[in-house]
Amino acid sequence: MADVLVVAELADGQIRKTTLSAITMAKAAAAVLGGGFDILVIGGPGAKAAAAGATAFGAGKVLVAEDAGLTDYVAERYAPTVADVGKGYGLICATASSYGKDLIPRVAGRLEAAFAGDCAGVSDAGGKIAYKRPMFAGNAFGTCTLNTAIQTATARQSEFEPAAESGGASPISDVTATAPSGAAERVEFVSLEQVKSERPELGEASTVVSGGRALKEEFFKVLEPLVDVLGSALGASRAACDAGYAPGDYQVGQTGKIVAPDLYFAIGISGAIQHVAGMKSSKTIVAINKDPDAPIFQIADYGLVADLFQAVPELVEALKAKKAAG
Amino acid sequence: MKILVALKRVADPDNANKVKVSPEKIDTTGLEWKINPFDEYALEAALRLTEDGKKPKKREGEVVVMTLGPKEVETTLRSALATGADRAIRIDCTDDELDGRLVANALKTVIAEEKPDYVIFGKQAVDGDNNGVGQMVAELLDWPMATFAATIQEEDGSLLVSREVDGGMCTLRVKTPAVVTVDLRIVAPESVYSKLTDKAHKYSDGVRFAALPAIMKAKKKPIDVKALADTAGGVTIGSNYANFEAPAARAAGVKVEDVAALVDKLANEAKAI
Ligand SMILES: Cc1cc2nc3c(=O)[nH]c(=O)nc-3n(C[C@H](O)[C@H](O)[C@H](O)COP(=O)(O)OP(=O)(O)OC[C@H]3O[C@@H](n4cnc5c(N)ncnc54)[C@H](O)[C@@H]3O)c2cc1C
Ligand SMILES: Nc1ncnc2c1ncn2[C@@H]1O[C@H](COP(=O)(O)O)[C@@H](O)[C@H]1O
Repeated sequence: MADVLVVAELADGQIRKTTLSAITMAKAAAAVLGGGFDILVIGGPGAKAAAAGATAFGAGKVLVAEDAGLTDYVAERYAPTVADVGKGYGLICATASSYGKDLIPRVAGRLEAAFAGDCAGVSDAGGKIAYKRPMFAGNAFGTCTLNTAIQTATARQSEFEPAAESGGASPISDVTATAPSGAAERVEFVSLEQVKSERPELGEASTVVSGGRALKEEFFKVLEPLVDVLGSALGASRAACDAGYAPGDYQVGQTGKIVAPDLYFAIGISGAIQHVAGMKSSKTIVAINKDPDAPIFQIADYGLVADLFQAVPELVEALKAKKAAG
Repeated sequence: MKILVALKRVADPDNANKVKVSPEKIDTTGLEWKINPFDEYALEAALRLTEDGKKPKKREGEVVVMTLGPKEVETTLRSALATGADRAIRIDCTDDELDGRLVANALKTVIAEEKPDYVIFGKQAVDGDNNGVGQMVAELLDWPMATFAATIQEEDGSLLVSREVDGGMCTLRVKTPAVVTVDLRIVAPESVYSKLTDKAHKYSDGVRFAALPAIMKAKKKPIDVKALADTAGGVTIGSNYANFEAPAARAAGVKVEDVAALVDKLANEAKAI
């Protein structure tokens, strides 16, 4: 019997919602192992306060590693502590956000543990955890078991429902941060520039509007009114990001954010395999494209062949009118 | 400056939807082998870091590509050599002998022997989509790393790297020797600057192509072959795939006449708004 350790992600002094998907994964994995799960909250001053937000999910305990040396996240300073705390566990996991993707394989290296990245599900393979992983841009799923005593994995956020609070109060206990090794002395955190937005985050929104290369410099001008009326998140294709019409972290796709909202709008997006990999699990897909043969129409539930510069403002008006009518 | 680049060959990613999936395997027969696109970007970044950006360009330093794979991978290595890498190292193995941890351990051995200033990886191999080897290697070597790099600026003995992270950009400075894994935008015209390259210089967008004379010359560049057993340090494969499946197909959709019809469908059929 072994337990599972969830590595929480902090932002603005709180547990980031991404963490809740990893908790869901941990619960499923713990059931396979016949154990429970704990949550590690790691960070600079304020981590302990944030840990209070992790106590209602049914964890055996919430461990807090708060240390001034952990103020700005760099993997070299976090991995030694995560590895030391994680040593006694059967699985160490986090969500495959940019944080989890950076940190967990580094922890794997430290513990000589096998790693399964971006998992879409876990199940029981005769008492071992079977990890279901998307491969080839989501065109195949492979299910694997790992044969190291300690295992590491990240959870694809769109595939694990965020854990709901189940009441109860997991006890909080402090752990001492491990002194970092040589690598940490050779990395310097310079800055983190984040654009704060009132809009929902891509990974969490129930509606996502994404724009492609076709939008050009009018990306925001055309799409913002639509996003506002829908209360949706805003995403983009790689081509729109590469061209600088949208910031890089808006990118939806195999190598960007993977989203699975209830409603997804692909506007002026051709539907390349790498883009589709990031949104095809959406419940309802709408495509607006002036090319009737664009591949995006093959996966769209509703396709509108139209010039987006006309269709989008029209759609905004129609949605507003519908809202006003109640 | 000496840079090692890890590259993997993958089945043509633009046709990944043509893989044939059966419970036993993912069959890529019929798809062309290509360099993993992120590794092509890693090579481009390495080349930019070892030249001065002037016309004619002067090379400063050495770029060595390394891979784990069977003999046929040498075709891929030759194309990397034709694009500008100086020599290549291949660790001989079949593709199904590998997983991330084993690859990381074998590459670590090569890196420890070669003693480069930097090692550049793609952020992910687009067949397995695991995104882990670079990070593991960095930890195995106890080297600093900057993952998902969008820009790299060489300084004296360090690299200033801006990384794409959720919500924005994170900038790190890593001192040599260090690991970098690259993201898509690393091949934009103003993404990578060596110490010698004028900041006003703009590269052409994307990766460079090999000129014919370079392709001929690449045939003579050395490829050093090593045995997996000599590099893996006793590590064996740690992931066992037992079952493959294709994703659920989406039901065919419909084209709607106009915006009014779209809104009607969304409201009354999909009940999505
Ligand atoms: C390694 C790798 C990873 C990648 N990862 C991703 C990824 O994660 N996400 C991603 O999105 N891409 C990714 N790509 C890129 C992908 O292959 C495509 O190049 C990209 O998705 C194309 O973006 P687009 O659809 O906006 O542009 P285009 O393919 O240029 O399509 C633009 C579309 O707009 C339509 N259009 C033009 N004008 C109008 C108008 N006025 N009204 C309506 N429609 C109009 C056109 O008909 C066309 O279909 C990746 C590529 C590689 C090699
Ligand atoms: N077989 C291999 N040979 C050489 N490099 C590899 C191999 N597999 C992975 N890599 C490197 O590790 C990176 C990340 O791969 P992965 O963790 O498998 O997604 C790739 O972009 C390559 O740079």
